Amino acid sequence: MKGAERIDALADLSPGSVCQIVSLELSGLLRRRILDLGIVPGTLIRCIRRGPSGDPTAYLVRETLIALRSEDAAQISVRTLLNGEECI
Amino acid sequence: MNLSAKQKRSLWQDHFGITIAAGQYGVALAGNPNVGKSTIFNALTGLHQHTGNWPGKTVDNAQGGFQYQQKSFLMVDLPGTYSLLAHTVEEQIARDFLCFASPDVTVVVLDATCLERNLNLALQVFEITPNVIVCLNLMDEAQKKRLKIDVQSLERELGVPVVATAARQGEGLIELQEKILQVASGALPTNPRQILYSPEVEKAVEHLLPMVGSIANNTLSPRWLALRLLDGDRSFLDSLSSFLGVNSCWEGARCAQ
Amino acid sequence: MCAMMPTRSLSEVWSEAEIVRRSYPNSFSDQMVADIYGNVEQITNNVLTKQGSKRYLFDQKLDDLVTSKRFGYPLMLLLLVIVFWITMAGANVPSRLLASGLFAFQDQLTLWFQWIGTPSWVHGVLVLGVYRTLAWVIAVMLPPMAIFFPLFTLLEDSGYLPRIAFNLDHIFKKAKACGKQSLTMCMGFGCNAAGVTACRIIDSPRERLIAILTNSFVPCNGRFPTLIVVSSIFIGGAVAPYTGLVNALVISGLILLGIATTLLISWLLSLTILKGEPSSLVLELPSYRRPQLGSVIYRSILDRTLFVLRRAVLIAAPAGGVIWILGNIYIGQQSLLTSLGQALNPFGQLFGLDGFILMAFILGLAANEIVLPILLMSYLSTGYLQDFTSLEGLRSVLVSNGWTWLTAINMMLFSLLHWPCSTTLLTTYKETGSKKWVLLSFLIPTMTGLSVIFIFTQCVRFLGLV
Ligand SMILES: Nc1nc2c(ncn2[C@@H]2O[C@H](COP(=O)(O)OP(=O)(O)O)[C@@H](O)[C@H]2O)c(=O)[nH]1
Ligand SMILES: [Mg+2]
Repeated sequence: MKGAERIDALADLSPGSVCQIVSLELSGLLRRRILDLGIVPGTLIRCIRRGPSGDPTAYLVRETLIALRSEDAAQISVRTLLNGEECI
Repeated sequence: MNLSAKQKRSLWQDHFGITIAAGQYGVALAGNPNVGKSTIFNALTGLHQHTGNWPGKTVDNAQGGFQYQQKSFLMVDLPGTYSLLAHTVEEQIARDFLCFASPDVTVVVLDATCLERNLNLALQVFEITPNVIVCLNLMDEAQKKRLKIDVQSLERELGVPVVATAARQGEGLIELQEKILQVASGALPTNPRQILYSPEVEKAVEHLLPMVGSIANNTLSPRWLALRLLDGDRSFLDSLSSFLGVNSCWEGARCAQ
Repeated sequence: MCAMMPTRSLSEVWSEAEIVRRSYPNSFSDQMVADIYGNVEQITNNVLTKQGSKRYLFDQKLDDLVTSKRFGYPLMLLLLVIVFWITMAGANVPSRLLASGLFAFQDQLTLWFQWIGTPSWVHGVLVLGVYRTLAWVIAVMLPPMAIFFPLFTLLEDSGYLPRIAFNLDHIFKKAKACGKQSLTMCMGFGCNAAGVTACRIIDSPRERLIAILTNSFVPCNGRFPTLIVVSSIFIGGAVAPYTGLVNALVISGLILLGIATTLLISWLLSLTILKGEPSSLVLELPSYRRPQLGSVIYRSILDRTLFVLRRAVLIAAPAGGVIWILGNIYIGQQSLLTSLGQALNPFGQLFGLDGFILMAFILGLAANEIVLPILLMSYLSTGYLQDFTSLEGLRSVLVSNGWTWLTAINMMLFSLLHWPCSTTLLTTYKETGSKKWVLLSFLIPTMTGLSVIFIFTQCVRFLGLV
């Protein structure tokens, strides 16, 4: 789990990389919806794939694939785990 | 809720359009979208709700009856919901039913392949009703993914009966009916695990609890109501006042007698 | 009085809670969700062991293909064409067999009626009206539905549909709508009323309304048979050895046109009466599950095909009787039906249709399934054509009533783009709770359809192609 750390936006993650949620800057319904899916500070999340035209992106979180648009994912900050490959 | 059977029947009819016969046990099927609720519903009731592997097929209540051991049950298939803090119409339907209709048994159907997200809802249901059964569905898929779930420990952790099923293959459904009967008739006591919140939340709940008691007037758990007030969920407040309005009228009617 | 009391104290407690909420620097609800997940993790740590499995790899590989840049869209198109190809190729023979069987039985029925000695108008209403329409509905609808529904259910059970929404979301985003709208459109293939109800899965009210108002641009199962038959007669039939494939391409093309229209209208709506930024998409992609063939066939035939057929039969039976009566009540030289058809005819001609076609569509407000049977009944109530069980026979009925390829194309276009059926309108009212949206959900597709066929017809006529 230990490794170099950097704060990024979830949207900037490239497929295959794993990170940990730091905070959500979203508001309203969307914020609730995303929290309910278990995307809360501390959760590990892996970027899996982009749609055929680059958006939306599918993320693996708590054993489920969730697709988010880049605008929304841009408002979720994450800590990149450089050697977090086995965590999820 | 301590409603009389008759009040309950009219509440179900007026607010949810569900006709329950006298002496029939009411069973609600709750769970995340796409976990097999409608498949279970169809298997038990012999009806034909739309099923399919994508979220959002069931967006309204459906009801159907079944018999087990000479007892009659009315099952309500609720729309899938990720949490009880509802945002959309169909989630609101599910929430209002679980919160205000107080079914005799609530079966929370879980997808065994993504336990965490599903337990999130289960724990929330535990906060509003003790009469819960957890149905661990899609066990065949979990097996394919080589996920091992210790059902007995889970039962101990949750404090409610846990039944492992593969609804599409019909596995475990007899046991599910057996447990439904036992919980409905009170033969099997349950003691669902309560969520332990962080100290700040618990302190705020403590603060609100004395005030909330009078509103809840025995119809809702005061702790749960206090938690919702901390949520600050407006839409829930609306449902609450509409349902509490109904209930308090009943209170009044009872006093007048 | 007693209802007031708790509400007031409720609002008092609400404001007290607000003070508590304000005093806390973070949001309580965020904290609560995080706490719940904390509890959940404790539980799963104790009960769950993951052993790693190739299953995940399988899902990944399939998704690599299904959502890939190169194959994602072609695969969707291919599936669309294949589904319709199988449907039409497979339905052809059973349809013909059913038609000849049912019409042979009609002759038998006629003999019985004569034997009992019923008055000829009773025989007319019951046999030539009700029975003949029913025979049409069953022969035309049953085979394609019995093939299409199982295929669709297979796709549905496998988990492919959410991938469609995933692939298409960015296009819907450009139209300022939600990708989940494509799921509601999939429901619309079965039945537009179900599609409208399914719009509840769309979170934002604005995007939900857009999805509701445009759902009828997806042809429901009541309209497929019309499209299939007309295409088979006038287009597929013209290219003999490739009939099935060409028909499948025509129908797929029409569906793509419906999707394009949906996107265009969605975009226009978001620019005008339903203004607003696109909100968001949170879409779960469930893992693939292998469908069970047996249960798929059982469910799709019993629950869907027969269900749909039953509904069609219930509406078609009385409609057939009424049409026969209208066709046989004479005022002067003309039957009532002919007069009605003639009254509508100038309007119909303007749009490249005719009076009877318009009348059939108007009566089809009750249910789209009856449009084609009613139309044929109207044509047949005057002439006595013998062989109308084969496509050739049908073709001659239509041609002798002035149909050209232009009429056929207009018929298909208008079937795709016209008012939703009454059930769908009623459902729209239930879902939106406002007459205004119901009116719009009627007017938008109607105006779109009329404009399209008007422009198309005038162009074709101007160019002298017909
Ligand atoms: N493999 C497997 N599939 C199941 C099982 N239960 C349900 N399904 C499938 O999962 C999908 C979702 O089921 P459905 O009943 O519609 O879920 P609902 O949204 O909770 O009502 C359907 O395609 C079912 O056929 C099960 O135990 N095993
Ligand atoms: Mg369902």
